[in-house]
Parts: sequence; C-alpha cells; structure tokens
Amino acid sequence: MKKMTGAFLAALVTTTYAIAEPVDDTLVVNEDIAIVTRTAAPAHMADAVDEVMSGWLFRGSETRDMQRDDFDNPGMIFVEKAEEAWNTAEGSEGKSCASCHNGSDSMAGVRPVYPKWNEAAGEVRTLEMQINDCRETRMGAEPWKYTGGDMANMTALLASVSRGLPVNVAIDGPAQSTWEQGREMYYARTGQLELSCANCHEDNYGNMIRADHLSQGQINGFPTYRLKNTKLNSVHARFKGCVRDTRAETYKPGSADFVALELYVASRGNGLSVEGPSVRN
Amino acid sequence: MRRTILASLTIAVSALGLEAAEIAPTAVTFEDGSVAQSLSGQPGNAAEGRKIVGSKKLGNCVACHAVSDLSDVPFHGEIGPMLDGAGDRWSEAELRGIVANAKMMFEGSMMPSFYKTEGFFRPGKAYTGKAADDTFGPLLSAQQIEDVVAYLATLKE
Repeated sequence: MKKMTGAFLAALVTTTYAIAEPVDDTLVVNEDIAIVTRTAAPAHMADAVDEVMSGWLFRGSETRDMQRDDFDNPGMIFVEKAEEAWNTAEGSEGKSCASCHNGSDSMAGVRPVYPKWNEAAGEVRTLEMQINDCRETRMGAEPWKYTGGDMANMTALLASVSRGLPVNVAIDGPAQSTWEQGREMYYARTGQLELSCANCHEDNYGNMIRADHLSQGQINGFPTYRLKNTKLNSVHARFKGCVRDTRAETYKPGSADFVALELYVASRGNGLSVEGPSVRN
Repeated sequence: MRRTILASLTIAVSALGLEAAEIAPTAVTFEDGSVAQSLSGQPGNAAEGRKIVGSKKLGNCVACHAVSDLSDVPFHGEIGPMLDGAGDRWSEAELRGIVANAKMMFEGSMMPSFYKTEGFFRPGKAYTGKAADDTFGPLLSAQQIEDVVAYLATLKE
C-alpha cells in the first residue's frame, strides 16, 4: 500500500519531489568542514529510531547545495552582522562580547552543549538566555528580544564557529528533570488536531504531509534560514509555529516549557554536527 | 394509569423527533467505532463532500491520504491509508465513526477527530496560537461530516 501511494505521488509531483525518502548525500561546508548528517541514535532513544538524521537530508538538491558554501548560504549574511555586534561595545560597562571572549571563534564548542544546566542560576539555560545574561550582567546592556533579529544573528554566529562539532547536551544530573519534562511534551498530543511532535517527526519522517516532506525535526541546524520567510528562524519560533499548527494554545518563546522541549529535542540529535545557520525551505 | 402511558408516549414521540435533528458532538453514540445515525439528521451530499476532502480550509483529508479521484488537487499526503476503495472496505456507519472520531475504532490513531469538542490538551483558537474561546467548535459540522461520508462511500475500486 505504501509503495502504491509512493508511486502515485511520484507521478503526481515529479518535478518538485521525485523521492520522499531522506536522500543519500554528504555535506561538506566550504570544502573544509565535514558535517555528520546521519549517525547512530543516542542510547536514550534507541527504542524509537536506529538512526538520527539532519533535516538537510530531507530537503531538495537546490536547498541542500546552498549550505555547501558560505557564499551561497543566505544565513551567513546574518553571521557577518553578528560579528560586527560581537566587536561593538554596548551598555553601561562599555564592553563588547570581544572584551571578555576575544575573537568569536573562541566560542567554538559552546553551541553543542546548550541548553545546559547553570549551577549559579539553578536552571537549564539556552544559548539565548546566556547571551542575554551576559548583556545584562556583564555589559549593562538591554536584553535582546528572545526571537528577535539581533538574537538570531548572534546565535547564528555562535553556531557557525561550532559547525562540524557534535551536538552533545547533557541529559542527566541536574538537567534530568528538565529533560524529562521536555520528553513528556514531545509525546503529548496537543491542540484540537491532537498531534504530538512524535506523530510527525518520529513515526512519519520521510513521509509527505500534503506538500511538506516530514523530517525528524532535528534542531542541530538552528538557527535556520528558511526560504519560506527569508530570514533566520530560532528554535523557539519554530516550536511555536509547529504547536500553533496543531490548533493549540502555544507556549511562549523563552518560556520554561520551551527550554525543556529544546533540551529534549537537542538531545535527540546528540551526535549530529552543529550546522547553523542551515538552509531549509 | 392511562394518562401516564399517554405521557410516556408523548415523550417517546418527541424523542423520535429529536433523532431527526442534529446530534451534538458530545452526544454521539459509537458502537465498535461506528455511528449508525446521520449526525445532521439529513443525508450527505457527495459532491460537497468531495470539496471538503480536498480543501485545505475544510477537511484537508488529502494532507494525509491520497485519493485518485482527486487528482485535480495537488500534493496528497502519505501518512494515512489511500482512500481509493474506502466505500468497498467500510460501511456508511463505519465511515461516519472514523471521520467523527477515528480513535474510537483505531486506538491511538494519529487522525484528528473531526466531530469532537472535549478532552483536548491546550486547545487553541483555530491556527492563531491563542487559547480556545467560546467560538470553539468541531473541525467539521454535522452536515459536513455527512457530506464527507457520502463522498467516501462513492470511492469504489
């Protein structure tokens, strides 16, 4: 039956989606950075899937190609903007990011371990939360809007210097209860359509839902430049859109709920390379 | 005594009268996942049903199910079974039950329940992302369900 449907669909939409399975392709950025786009599933989700796959494998060839070279990746324009912000002093302390951290490339290795438990704050923090903490506490500057342009740009810069490194968020120790909350959210059937993240991204990745090719919903490529809205999209903005599309009352970007969900979803991609800023439809 | 019988008879008649009227989403009786009676009290219109099944704004059934008869509508999904032959495989009562609330027949089905108004987690106001308010209703009306059922019944191999 599935084969029949596939054949029927292929006939129907040959030009746009010739195949609906994840493609067999490899990603090397700038002929230099090898990206792991598929690898064995981390132990904690061995019951669910054997392999974890980047959303890159579920996109068309033109979209995939845009990510192979920084000159073709529209997301890199925003990385350049953030590089400027990195070196610009702001706030009452007259400091820039560079005043404490030196070059932005010194941040390699940070992105892959976030969201991360912050002992002093007694909470799991996302990269966005940590950036705003730096701005307020160290620089004496105004915090950025959680899903705003300045923030998306800065997270793109911090992702870009970690490209190729494996996502490796901690799910045990003090982060465990937050991770468990996120896991519960992932499997909760939400909204009037009663859809969980798992319904689409665990049970049906590789299948078409109307014109959309369902991926595993991995977030190793965030922030992601979407051709659909021609801007960088943050993880929480994407979560919000997904929850909204189940005809549900969404959670707020930056909320404890979405922090928990981000930790859990990130952990489902442990082992995949950081790819941000990625390019998707 | 005679008066009592007469009164019961009156009640029975008015109950019969109600049966011809619309059945509320909260009052649907499922038997092994099937619903015997028309939800609207009226027969369905297959031509209207065809529109509902293919329309993104209405049933959007093709988001998950492919239907050869709807080849004029682009992008059919492959989440649920193909609907070709649905009219051979299922009776009208079974089709009605599946469309109204597929989870009654198929436990844990991913399929949304199209004639249900209770028991949701964080129900929203359509696709706004805001909480549901007093405008909240089932995904399809009783008559729309009947129209879809009438259309699916025409899908024979």
